[in-house]
Amino acid sequence: MERSGTDVLWAAVADPTRRRLLDVLLARGEASATTLAAELPVTRQGIAKHLAVLDRAGLVEARRQGREVLYSVRPVELDAATRWMAQVAAEWDARLRTIKRLAEARHNRKDG
Amino acid sequence: MIADRIEQEILIAAPPEVVWELVTDPEHVGAWFGDAAEIDLRPGGDAALTWEGHGTFLARLERVEPPRFFSFRWARPKDTPPAEGNSTLVEFSLSAEGDGTRLRVVESGFAALAVPEDEKAQRFADNTEGWNIELGHLRDYAAQAGSR
Repeated sequence: MERSGTDVLWAAVADPTRRRLLDVLLARGEASATTLAAELPVTRQGIAKHLAVLDRAGLVEARRQGREVLYSVRPVELDAATRWMAQVAAEWDARLRTIKRLAEARHNRKDG
Repeated sequence: MIADRIEQEILIAAPPEVVWELVTDPEHVGAWFGDAAEIDLRPGGDAALTWEGHGTFLARLERVEPPRFFSFRWARPKDTPPAEGNSTLVEFSLSAEGDGTRLRVVESGFAALAVPEDEKAQRFADNTEGWNIELGHLRDYAAQAGSR
């Protein structure tokens, strides 16, 4: 139930623009905000904002090279977000199974 | 890969009216969702879901349309009423299928959860490595500033 930490992760990756940004970063290994802005239909300013959100969630890291800042994905954190999503899906599946079991038991009792 | 919503469904050999009771009656809800539930079953009604050892999480009901549709917005962290940036939406839909019911649940709105703006609030509590690096930077920075 302690979701707050992983919520931050998930919130960061659930946004479609940020997902595309992560995809481009994964494909390229490293990229600057300017490069990313050229590949995505988002302004450089918009890219910078999304990168800040990803950075705060620990999903990307930045490295200065000359006058450029290069960003790359931190795969461990991305894996954690994916695993967490699978876990939440599994929790709902378990709850639905419990509802099924209880509803069917109740229905059969009524019939009997 | 990672989406803004989670969807699951199941086919139940009981009519929608029975499933509706299971999904909305606090006495039953406490059996499949948390350990105890309080629910004011009307649109805008408050709900509280308690997990032993974790605390109580608050929710607000949105749509209550027996026996077809039930939705609520629930908040994290605990003891906090749902508001923008702290909650996700859970929607149950029930549809008759043969003699049974198809029950579908969707939890959505993860993208709208707020990411802390404060740089110091970045990372999360269990990311101790991240924090150690941050503190290391801060220490280096302080040492540099002190030597000028």
